[in-house]
Amino acid sequence: MLRITIDNILIEVEEGTTILQAARMIGGGVVPPAMCYYSKLKGSGGKCRTCLVKVAQGSAKDPRPMPKLVASCSTPVQDGMVVENKISVEVQQAREGIVELLLLNHPLDCPVCDQAGECDLQDLAFGFGMEETETIEPRREYPVVDIGPLIKLHMNRCIHCYRCVLTAEQITKKRAHGMLYRGDTMEISTFIQTAIENDFSGNMIDVCPVGALTDRTFRFKSRVWFLNPMNAHRECSSCGGKVTAWMFGSEIYRVTGRKDRFGELEEFICNECRFEKKDISDWVIEGPRKIKRQSVISGNQYEHLKKGSIIHPIEGTTEPQE
Amino acid sequence: MTSLTKRSKVVSNKKMTFWEKIYLPAIVGGMWITFGHLFKKKITIRYPEVKREFSDIYRGKHVLKRDDEGRERCTACGLCAVACPAEAITMIAAERKPGEEKLYREEKYASTYEINMLRCIFCGFCEEACPKEAIFLTREIVKAGYERDKFIYGKDVLVEPVDPAKRIDITRRQTPEVLEFKKDKNQRHNVH
Repeated sequence: MLRITIDNILIEVEEGTTILQAARMIGGGVVPPAMCYYSKLKGSGGKCRTCLVKVAQGSAKDPRPMPKLVASCSTPVQDGMVVENKISVEVQQAREGIVELLLLNHPLDCPVCDQAGECDLQDLAFGFGMEETETIEPRREYPVVDIGPLIKLHMNRCIHCYRCVLTAEQITKKRAHGMLYRGDTMEISTFIQTAIENDFSGNMIDVCPVGALTDRTFRFKSRVWFLNPMNAHRECSSCGGKVTAWMFGSEIYRVTGRKDRFGELEEFICNECRFEKKDISDWVIEGPRKIKRQSVISGNQYEHLKKGSIIHPIEGTTEPQE
Repeated sequence: MTSLTKRSKVVSNKKMTFWEKIYLPAIVGGMWITFGHLFKKKITIRYPEVKREFSDIYRGKHVLKRDDEGRERCTACGLCAVACPAEAITMIAAERKPGEEKLYREEKYASTYEINMLRCIFCGFCEEACPKEAIFLTREIVKAGYERDKFIYGKDVLVEPVDPAKRIDITRRQTPEVLEFKKDKNQRHNVH
């Protein structure tokens, strides 16, 4: 077991754990935000730099600090390491710079975007972003593309996190899309606009931290904060069938996977569950999901719970209702 | 115990004197005040014929503005509805089709937009929440009516006419600070 101190909190972790994973074990405010790292995707992380932390002491054997800020998602823990995240001004300033760079080409079309209200970049910009941009150059612009009949690609909004590419690589047997070109002009593309036809391709929508990949069956139907996220399940032959049904009254507007407190999917769900089963009779509704009070989604929620029903909160714990 | 605020009055049960008991001096005193008002300036006006000057920040009926090219500014983002404390605003969004670029400014627009004027409390939060400078409260009064469903104002009432001469002036709702902010080319929504 290795001992690591993150923001003055000591924790023991197993060898091979990264700093980000150790911080997530502690939980709360010490967890660095991550835009590209996804614990369920192999090889993710190291691209967006939002999870940068300061290593004040490299290890017990070599107590020198690391010369630069390191990406916590891809730096393994060493015994006796001392890490500063929230308590370090340097890290906070670096993160502000990273957010500025992430937003450099982002169109800021949140009023139009379907992801608004549950967007990681929006949260990040709210926490660390500046009010004004410093650039006068035009932002890169791409046409909006349909990749397949179910997914819409807004390349303008993409932050090149690679999560969707890794999802396609890992979840599906035949990869149908990838990144073209490099640097600023990098673009997600399917091979000559081939439709993505895998049974689990819809998970790319949930995995995307911004609104680059959105659900075409939910396109402009409503805003997330007008909907009630409900835990629902059904018997499904190809996936676990445990989903979040976003309801308006007694109608299901869209279906997504269940996300944990770090915004990651608990289980990948199949396209049949996600796109085709929009009728309330298809699902067993368990009850409302617990929404973080800070979230805009909690704005218009009035929870009605029957006695004995169970909430599966985003916060990770399950609690019986009085 | 003495009161902390010192606003409370101690009620006394003292006996009235004979002079106070006959009440006549008090009644005469009151009548004198009433009589005196006959010669003072009236504070009421004869409403339909005479109208009062509104305050500069009067908040009346809403307007959905168009931009300089006559395109609707509203993108149905729903922020006005979520900001509305009276839950008076509802809308349905639709996607702009090719060829409709002259009607709607962005790829999404409100196909229906309704404000229930019976629910509305004219607080102006919708105006503050709007990221697209689309909704404003004007100096127009919402007229009284006999039927409740007439008070649900749709886009036919709310959207301002395309004709530049008939546009609704909302400059009074825009303080010097707001106007200065709108000139800032660093803000992308000003460029559009």
